[in-house]
Amino acid sequence: MTVEIIAPGPYATVQDFGRRGYAHLGVPRSGAADLPSLRLANRLVGNAEDAAAIELTFGGATLRFGRGGWVALTGAPAPASPGGMWAPFWVAPGRSLEIGAPYEGLRTYVAVRGGIRVPPVLGSMSTDSLSGLGPPPLTAGTVLDLGEPMFGLHADVAPQRPISAGPVVEVVRGPRDDWFTDDGFATLCAGAYRVSQDSNRVGVRLTGTALRRARAGELPSEGMVAGAIQVPPDGQPIVFLADHPPTGGYPVIGVVTTADLPKVAQLRPGDRLGFRPRRGG
Amino acid sequence: MIRRVGENALLVETGSLAASHRLDARLRLLTDVEEIVPGPETVLVVGGRADRLIPLIEQLDHAPLREAGGETVEIPVVYDGADLADVAALAGISVDEVIARHTGSEFVAGWLGFAPGFAYLVGLDPSLHVSRLDRPRTAVPAGAVAIAGAYSAVYPAASPGGWRLLGHTTLSVWDVTSDSPALLKPGTRVRMVAA
Repeated sequence: MTVEIIAPGPYATVQDFGRRGYAHLGVPRSGAADLPSLRLANRLVGNAEDAAAIELTFGGATLRFGRGGWVALTGAPAPASPGGMWAPFWVAPGRSLEIGAPYEGLRTYVAVRGGIRVPPVLGSMSTDSLSGLGPPPLTAGTVLDLGEPMFGLHADVAPQRPISAGPVVEVVRGPRDDWFTDDGFATLCAGAYRVSQDSNRVGVRLTGTALRRARAGELPSEGMVAGAIQVPPDGQPIVFLADHPPTGGYPVIGVVTTADLPKVAQLRPGDRLGFRPRRGG
Repeated sequence: MIRRVGENALLVETGSLAASHRLDARLRLLTDVEEIVPGPETVLVVGGRADRLIPLIEQLDHAPLREAGGETVEIPVVYDGADLADVAALAGISVDEVIARHTGSEFVAGWLGFAPGFAYLVGLDPSLHVSRLDRPRTAVPAGAVAIAGAYSAVYPAASPGGWRLLGHTTLSVWDVTSDSPALLKPGTRVRMVAA
């Protein structure tokens, strides 16, 4: 069983849960930028949650299933023919699945029953856009193998997660909030930010209220996590996503919660983003 | 001091690279953490339960720690780098002396970053602390042996790079097909040998 990429859209990659346990060797975690959407898509077609699927950026893809396939689409909602979002559907042998541009959000996940199979690198099939590990981004003509289904098809329609073009996400303060002026964290939470054009799987670059440092000098390189809000000297924050570098030298003023990070991963250039302190500190 | 990093990670301030390596070695004996990332003055610990980890780490901090048992790796270097003469001029010494001081440096892999398998080797002879190139090269081959600032490194794979090239090695420092893909891990002692 295979799926052939007729057109990948603006940017499409294979993603699973990423590479765990290699950050100290300079290897980014990578994996789906919106992990809950990958999990849901896999559940809908009876795959293990961590099976590899296709992550589309701005949709626009056409896929052909030589011998047919069960497919589920989650994440950024987009028109699809045949089928639709948040429910498994069958693509008949030889038929093409056409996915348009999403109505909202950025990343649409395409899970296929059996899961995408490419040679794993360090335990993951994910494309890492920063280090180049894993398969290259998908191009027209790429043929991907599929694995064996693990579970039966049980779900009919899953509840959809609303996508916001202007979310306010929760942030845990620190670890380097003391590198900023006294009101630095308050400034971040009161600030209005927009997503910049040069955002990608490494991070969402923001423009808006600048965060001023309380001290000069450089922070020695230290470990980084997904969701970290790193602030370069120009004061414009960057929220790290899946392909973030495992270490960095700019101070992190706060970290977006695990539950809210997928909202950040679905933002398009130009969208608004706000921050608020996590309830309970 | 131990700082919280989001909901699921801790940043332990160690104050020194040697202390980072000692803590890293101890924490690696625990199996329920996802990542342990040593840095020059910190160790990031991802995963595990903070309420259990914090007292444990505080206890480790105060316990006498044995030296992290870094193995020693010898790297055979052909000193034919494009920047060798420039480095000699910047340091005000001969090319032969550059080679002697590079091979005479007692390196330790401090931490990895920039690219998978790229180890920042500390311990470079201070006379060889030179600035990075003003204009980074768009392509540096795998195995290039280079210096910049207080560090030396072996490029694990072809990549752009702004470090000054002293030579190259045929020793592979990065193999993604291996369970232990990096030859140079935090704490590994390294000696350059003219080949």
